[in-house]
Amino acid sequence: MTGAPLIEVEDLRIDLDDGTQRVAAAEGISFRIDRGETFGLVGESGCGKSITALALIGLLRQPLSIGGGVIRFEGREIQHLSAGRQRDLRGNRIAMIFQEPMTALNPVSPVGRQIAEMFVLHKGKSWREADRLAVEALASVRVPAPERRVNDYPHQLSGGMRQRVMIAIALACGPDLLIADEPTTALDVTVQAEIIELMRNLCAERGTAILMISHDLGLVANVCRRVAVMYAGRIVEERGSADIFRAPSHPYTRGLVASLPRLGSRAALGRTRLTEIAGVVPAITNFPDGCRFNPRCAQATDICRTTAPGADLLEAGGLVRCHHHA
Amino acid sequence: MLSFLFRRLLQTIPTVLAVVALVFVLFSVVPGSIVSSMSDDADPQVELRMKKQLGLDDPVYIRFGTYIAKLATGDFGTSFRTREPVTFMIAKRIWPTLQLIFTAMVFSVVIGVPLGFIAALKPGGIVDTLAMVVAVSGLSIAKFWLGLVLMYLFALKLGWLPSFGYGDGGLKYLILPAVTLGVSPMALFARTTRAAVLEIMTADFVRTARSKGMSETRVVKWHVMRNALVIILTTVGLQFGGLMGQAVVVEKLYSWPGIGSLLVDSVLQRDIPAVQGSILVVVLSFLAINLLIDVLYGVIDPRIRYA
Repeated sequence: MTGAPLIEVEDLRIDLDDGTQRVAAAEGISFRIDRGETFGLVGESGCGKSITALALIGLLRQPLSIGGGVIRFEGREIQHLSAGRQRDLRGNRIAMIFQEPMTALNPVSPVGRQIAEMFVLHKGKSWREADRLAVEALASVRVPAPERRVNDYPHQLSGGMRQRVMIAIALACGPDLLIADEPTTALDVTVQAEIIELMRNLCAERGTAILMISHDLGLVANVCRRVAVMYAGRIVEERGSADIFRAPSHPYTRGLVASLPRLGSRAALGRTRLTEIAGVVPAITNFPDGCRFNPRCAQATDICRTTAPGADLLEAGGLVRCHHHA
Repeated sequence: MLSFLFRRLLQTIPTVLAVVALVFVLFSVVPGSIVSSMSDDADPQVELRMKKQLGLDDPVYIRFGTYIAKLATGDFGTSFRTREPVTFMIAKRIWPTLQLIFTAMVFSVVIGVPLGFIAALKPGGIVDTLAMVVAVSGLSIAKFWLGLVLMYLFALKLGWLPSFGYGDGGLKYLILPAVTLGVSPMALFARTTRAAVLEIMTADFVRTARSKGMSETRVVKWHVMRNALVIILTTVGLQFGGLMGQAVVVEKLYSWPGIGSLLVDSVLQRDIPAVQGSILVVVLSFLAINLLIDVLYGVIDPRIRYA
């Protein structure tokens, strides 16, 4: 793709300040997403993927803050924009859907009204006009009988329906980037597929780029063209999603891929247990020196314990941060 | 909704009966009676006659039975002191008490709730610190002391307001007692509102609201207020009950001719029918207000709907 990317993150650091000390909860985060592209951010809980997303949309709250680096939206730096300017982007150009559709919607406000707010906020519509547009928005996410459903409260809808409402809210103003933070984690498996399908189709129709965040490598690789794997606050590998399964390069990614359950493969290999990555993710305040994966890595050598690996570009495209990458 | 109301009304019957029984038992246990309080050195013959006249020589369970039977027909009995029907006495006193309680309530809600909101929006800020100082003091100050200070200041020194009494029942006479009564609920509302708003501000749906690109003012107006209202309403409902009790002190202090002072006078003179009647009215009002609050819940929070 040519021209300025839609969003470009360069060497972003996110600080966690608990009053006594300031630690980097995420650092050296760099990636770019082109217009209409789908990009995935994968990692275990606490690896810094969600706070990276919140930083993009300007929603980091104390004790978290941006400690350094640059976020460019359409070539323009946005990390230091005034609150008012940020609000013009937020919801309007960059929208976000959250994990828990049960609590992410206001329980005492009808869902139609919660969609309509978007048109009042960003499109200068009257409430009357916005209410009408909310019915259309609800219809576009395939909610049956939308003209009746707009009057429902969140607790009257199923989890899947609620997440459809969230998608309707997020896509209401036709944003350029949709950040989806674990959008299906709280849903039934059967509903998950529907929601992902819906999100992908709507975004493809409108040319909306997706930044999908999940702990589920399989899901992300399925939805996204490119995937970045995060570990302990750093991106360890970034690849095309087909490559990451075929030839994962970082030992952590290899571990993730190996630990995915695959139908039939276990029996064929005569294995009875799923593979796991030994050890646990280190605490933010206690990241190891050098490569942060070294205590859990089978290939770790002395250099891994002292020096943080730089980004190596891979021949097949993508990059990896490992002294001994494949 | 109607069947809910009906069921709730039925549920009040045992409560009322329990209260009546409790007060009856208490007054048959405490020493002294209207007879001994009226005469220091009465002739035993006279005392016996008086007791007979008032029906006090019957066993407690018979008196209780008679009382309940009369109550069922709406007859609260006759006062031992004034020989007036208790219903009349209460009818005269209820309006000043309602005036006092509602004014105190309006004062405490109008000041306390916004104070809590403002405090919560900038936790740790100047307004927050000040508001919480006011709140803690308001909760700790004894009413009779506060009442005396206010009287001294506004009636005696400044001469702006009358120091006590009902007067013509106008606002001028109402202000000091209502403020005295309203300070502690005001403080409580400020604290509850602050806590509620602070908690709601961390809710997921508030983050969603922010992600929509709303200003903080709009986030509060469109998403936080209504949710906070549910919690505030609960506190307001409970405080109504509390105020009924606290009004006794304030009414006595300001010589306010309400149910509270009627109750105190009646207790001191062992005027059992008047005590029973007053307490019953207080309990009924408390139950009525709680019922109203329950109905309001359903209006504010759609998750609470009564079948």
